[in-house]
Amino acid sequence: MIKAILIFNNHGKPRLSKFYEHYNEDTEQQIIRETFHLVSKRDENVCNFLEGGMLIGGSDYKLIYRHYATLYFVFCVDSSESELGILDLIQVFVETLDKCFENVCELDLIFHVDKVHNILAEMVMGGMVLETNMNEIITQVDAQNKMEKSEFFPFFSLSLYRRLSFSLPGRTGRHRPVLQERPLVPYQL
Amino acid sequence: MALKIVKGSIDRMFDKNLQDLVRGIRNHKEDEAKYISTCIDEIKQELKQDNIAVKANAVCKLTYLQMLGYDVSWAAFNIVEVMSSSKFTYKRIGYLAASQCFHENTDVIMLTTNQIRKDLSSPNQYDTGVALTGLSCFVTPDLARDLANDIMTLMSHTKPYIRKKAVLIMYKVFLKYPESLRPAFPRLKEKLEDPDPGVQSAAVNVICELARRNPKNYLSLAPLFFKLMTSSTNNWVLIKIIKLFGALTPLEPRLGKKLIEPLTNLIHSTSAMSLLYECVNTVIAVLISLSSGMPNHSASIQLCVQKLRILIEDSDQNLKYLGLLAMSKILKTHPKSVQSHKDLILQCLDDKDESIRLRALDLLYGMVSKKNLMEIVKKLMIHVDKAEGTTYRDELLTKIIDICSQSNYQYITNFEWYISILVELTRLEGTRHGHLIASQMLDVAIRVKAIRAFAVAQMATLLDNAHLLTGNMQRNGICEVLYASAWICGEFSEHLENPMQTLEAMLRPKVATLPGHIQAVYVQNAAKLFATILKNQEGNTDSTTAQETSQLMIDRLPLFVQSANLEVQERASCILQLVKYIQKLQQKDVEIAEEVSALFAGELNPVAPKAQKKVPVPEGLDLDAWINEPPSESESEDEQPKAIFTKEEPKHSRPRHTEVDEKELARRREARKQEQANNPFYIKASPSSQKVYQDAPGVEHIPVVQIDLSVPLKVPGLPMSDQYVKLEEERRQKERAEKKKKEKKKRKEKRSGRGRKHDSGPESEEDITPVHVVDIVTEEMPENALPSDDDDKDPNDPHKALDIDLDNLVETTARRPLADSEKLPVRSHRAAGAPKSSAEDGEVENATSQEPKKKSSKEKREKKKDKDRERKKSKEEKKKKKHKHEEKEEDLLGGQGEEPVIQSEETKEVAAQPTSTSAEVSDLDFWLSNAPVPSNTQEAATVAAAAEAAPVPEVSSGIAADSEPDEPKDTEMEESKSSKHKKKKQKKEKEEKEKKKKKKHHHHHHHSDGGGEESVQNGTVEEEEPLPPMSNYCLLAENSYIKMVCDIQGNLQDGSQVVVSVIFENKCDSFLKSMEFNVLDSLNSKLQRPEGSGPHDGLTVPFQLPPGVSNEARFVFTVQSIVMPQKLKGTLTFIVKNEDSSTHEKLDFKLHFTCTSYLITTPCYSDAFAKLLESGDLKSSSVRLEGVNMPFHHLLARICFHHHFSVVERIDSCASMYSRSIQGHHVCLLVKTSGQTVSIDAKCDEPTLLGNVLDEIKQTFSQC
Repeated sequence: MIKAILIFNNHGKPRLSKFYEHYNEDTEQQIIRETFHLVSKRDENVCNFLEGGMLIGGSDYKLIYRHYATLYFVFCVDSSESELGILDLIQVFVETLDKCFENVCELDLIFHVDKVHNILAEMVMGGMVLETNMNEIITQVDAQNKMEKSEFFPFFSLSLYRRLSFSLPGRTGRHRPVLQERPLVPYQL
Repeated sequence: MALKIVKGSIDRMFDKNLQDLVRGIRNHKEDEAKYISTCIDEIKQELKQDNIAVKANAVCKLTYLQMLGYDVSWAAFNIVEVMSSSKFTYKRIGYLAASQCFHENTDVIMLTTNQIRKDLSSPNQYDTGVALTGLSCFVTPDLARDLANDIMTLMSHTKPYIRKKAVLIMYKVFLKYPESLRPAFPRLKEKLEDPDPGVQSAAVNVICELARRNPKNYLSLAPLFFKLMTSSTNNWVLIKIIKLFGALTPLEPRLGKKLIEPLTNLIHSTSAMSLLYECVNTVIAVLISLSSGMPNHSASIQLCVQKLRILIEDSDQNLKYLGLLAMSKILKTHPKSVQSHKDLILQCLDDKDESIRLRALDLLYGMVSKKNLMEIVKKLMIHVDKAEGTTYRDELLTKIIDICSQSNYQYITNFEWYISILVELTRLEGTRHGHLIASQMLDVAIRVKAIRAFAVAQMATLLDNAHLLTGNMQRNGICEVLYASAWICGEFSEHLENPMQTLEAMLRPKVATLPGHIQAVYVQNAAKLFATILKNQEGNTDSTTAQETSQLMIDRLPLFVQSANLEVQERASCILQLVKYIQKLQQKDVEIAEEVSALFAGELNPVAPKAQKKVPVPEGLDLDAWINEPPSESESEDEQPKAIFTKEEPKHSRPRHTEVDEKELARRREARKQEQANNPFYIKASPSSQKVYQDAPGVEHIPVVQIDLSVPLKVPGLPMSDQYVKLEEERRQKERAEKKKKEKKKRKEKRSGRGRKHDSGPESEEDITPVHVVDIVTEEMPENALPSDDDDKDPNDPHKALDIDLDNLVETTARRPLADSEKLPVRSHRAAGAPKSSAEDGEVENATSQEPKKKSSKEKREKKKDKDRERKKSKEEKKKKKHKHEEKEEDLLGGQGEEPVIQSEETKEVAAQPTSTSAEVSDLDFWLSNAPVPSNTQEAATVAAAAEAAPVPEVSSGIAADSEPDEPKDTEMEESKSSKHKKKKQKKEKEEKEKKKKKKHHHHHHHSDGGGEESVQNGTVEEEEPLPPMSNYCLLAENSYIKMVCDIQGNLQDGSQVVVSVIFENKCDSFLKSMEFNVLDSLNSKLQRPEGSGPHDGLTVPFQLPPGVSNEARFVFTVQSIVMPQKLKGTLTFIVKNEDSSTHEKLDFKLHFTCTSYLITTPCYSDAFAKLLESGDLKSSSVRLEGVNMPFHHLLARICFHHHFSVVERIDSCASMYSRSIQGHHVCLLVKTSGQTVSIDAKCDEPTLLGNVLDEIKQTFSQC
């Protein structure tokens, strides 16, 4: 089971938090802060696992994370999940985001956290992995977006879906495309 | 209307949407909180509008604010409104918000049930999908109950998109509403073979989660999963299945065997590292579960280790980490195969990644052996030097100490080396672990007697060079070792070469800069040294040295008398006065050394850490009752071993601490002191606390003089540990050479095991003998120590609820065809289900109550019982003299204790053993009420006889009552006994005379008691001539210390359990303790161990044995197949404790599980019996016994007793008998005799079982 999925940036600002178990808001913030502290002090070239410890749920839990450009993607999982599998899942998630947002960068996540949630909902449901096939995920996400559009008058869809072209200047700050920095070898295949 | 809509839409244009909110927040970095609060006000306004689009927009913004940590639960109702919008866009926003902030206690959730149901059945698959996704996050027990059916229908939806979501959410539904598991399970199982891979994967996912909690119930799915594993190409699914198999194999080793091959193939073929890793992990799990008896293990192990090595060598840190992780699993069962990769592991210590270094350290802990300990520690010491100034260094330090001290210093062959290591570790500046090193020094010096001289010499040097350790003390915890040094030098001062010099070192003025608790130890031990010096000087004509010493004391002690530390002051002034007095006596030439050393006479022994806990509570003491009114707030005071040293706190924070209610502190301190003073066990808990009061107020008053030394922190004159490595190598070589010589001379030279903890290391290590004959003093326990080993269990396991529910599932899915044990309520005494029962005293089992009791109360009961039993015994013995004819009943009650072995056995038998009285008794009752009409005269007589036998049941039911949890007082019991006696008196009178004679020999078969001259049904046997004594207890093993006899019984309550009752008898005149019972599990049978212990851990026998005493313990085994007999090898290890020494001993044994032991005496009525035979389901077999020279009733009694059968009907020399196995196999026998030939025709639904039972019967009679 996945207990929580967190995305925050290099400064610990939350960009997405999804808890599959209820905590109150303060606890959630504290978990995000502590996770950031644990993860951010690790070097780039060390392993991507952290024994959960007291953070969430005790010794059966692990933090599995990946760091892309300005963002940390952290999954808190128990021992029923394969560590390498989750690392690949994070990769699939980021690649999917990249496809959906066209060169995803931190700003996309900042302004469209609801969309990110919708994409995530097609991958993980209630803490269990729902779909790992990127094409399938994108198909479903697109179908739903299409349906959403069809529900509105054109000018509404304009106001709701004006595309923010963030990927203009390129390689610095929050415009850094998340995916392009490190090509990753998947463990899965 | 239309206008309104358009107007609303136009309004919307000017609302802030999510992007505007985010942008706004980013633009108000200075006053973010203020900005957000205005936004929230806006949102509140928006929510008040009727326009759903506005509301949805507001809710969307709230979802964002929730992520930033704002509580948005006040908008829950609006969220529900948005959820119920007909537009997908808004619905999705609503469900997302709900999934982020709804939880079980959100009260509006109950309003959503119908809306969710509507969405679930929506024609639009995405409406359904969104509802399922949302529900998965906030499902409550109510929602689960109300919607379970709808979701179940969705599991067969035409769209795979819905199916997979419905399947996944079922897991959440099961968690919240366990009753749904049973009806939903068949469909869930069906989904494992869904054509859509996504649905299949979801089903696998759910079942894996379920099975992880309660694997046993999912064993039956193994073939299906096996098929999936060999056919699926989806790595996600494969990984899940393989992980699941990892959880299942410990339960079913045969599965493991089957898995090895396909897993090995996968390991060879896959290119996916994740899959490879999980395969290796599961293979390891399989190998662990099979750990014995598989010949081609080594290939698989080699493969795993080799693959893991590749992972560890990989440059990818993740693979390296996981490789080490998996390696540590192999290490537990196959240490040798890991040890060969020591180089690699040691290399990992250099890794830049701390997680990897720590993993490697963990591995090293398990890899050490006598052979390589020194080498490994040497490497670690190098790392310690390298890791200067990091927390990792502290980690290394603790690991070194852990590694060396593990299992009672098992791997240390040379304690001089270890002391040197400890001394070297004292060079670490700034470590927090000074106290750890110190307690190791103390422990080794106290427990390893042979090392004391060396240790004292080392410690004296340390004291001499104390200034080097205390260099800059304020940030240095290392000065704690001086505490240990001073204490060791004082306590074992007889070993000091130059006590005078040490004394001087201890009285240096600089000592006054040490923390108070250390000074106190200095002062006290200076006095001990003083005593030693006086003693050495005694008889010496020249008394100047003695007088000089006194003078030295008198000169130096005043410094301590002035100490601000009360403890130091008090001790110093006491001792100062004493020395002054001694000096006076010296001047008068009085011999005083004897008296002075008497001050410190006596030896200290280490006490087991649990000793305090195990002190039995005296009768009449209620620990839970308040002595005084409870204080409003109580603080928990944990007793930590660390506490022997006053905690080092940063100086500046001190005053704050002392301000905390001085009065209360003082009161508590006083109370604790009082308690310590009154508790005879306390002082031993930590050896040092005897001489030092713990609560020295602290160090705040000591002026800190900073001494800055540029001298390297190396203590001169101390041997370096490295040289020991060399020495040891030489020594071993020499030893080996010598050994070869010896072996040539004499092959069977006994190896020296002397005083050491028994060699449990790998065999190759046995030839390394320790340098010294080392007697590791074992830890002391209080007398009558109570077993409390299972108190480590976690009482609130979060998944308990789920486990129970799943248990129900299995029973109700009727996977077990014969679950009619309820029919036999009597049998419930025999329920030795849980492994904890093995920890109980045999006797308690009689009282095993249906509902689980709290541990503590159980213990109390047990204690009480022991006492009651003892009292009973003595009382009854008295009584016996008075009323001779009462003897019989007492005997039945099991109170008479001439032979303790038999006594406990007997009690159990009477109350619980189905073969004899109690079980049959109520059957008898039943039978008496509706027995079939007897067909001939003999049968009629039978009835009469049985009627006469009726009092017997009363007696034993009396016993059952007596042993109920709320045990009646002794007096009551005596009363009830005597009243029963009166009732029975007349009937029994005529038999009594002869009984009395025989009674003492007839401990085991009470059937004879009730018998008349006639034949009796149902196992009770007619009294023609007395039966020879019988016992099912057979010898298990025996040596000069201990004898073990055992009886094996099936457990009717659980078709896979067998209870082994073992009676341990102490045959020597030493005290036997720390008995540990361990069995090498086979594929089929496993010893049930308490949760959390490994598959190879032994079970502690819950009692100790004083000389000549015996006691019974029970062990529960789980068996898979019961059709074949089998043998298990096991070992009992124990400590033989004499007055002055203690040795570890062991005794090997072989447990023989006969097929008979799986049978349970079960009564059967003749009509049911006839039906069973007619049913035609049974296979038949027969056997002939020749030369059986015993009366027929003896024969039957033997079969009944030894093989757990009951007589169904007996006509002349022909009898039908019945028994049932714990797994519900019926076994029917027709026994006929003519002359010396007995023929047994038998039928059973399991031919293999029958064959084995018949063989065993045959064997029984061939032996007599």
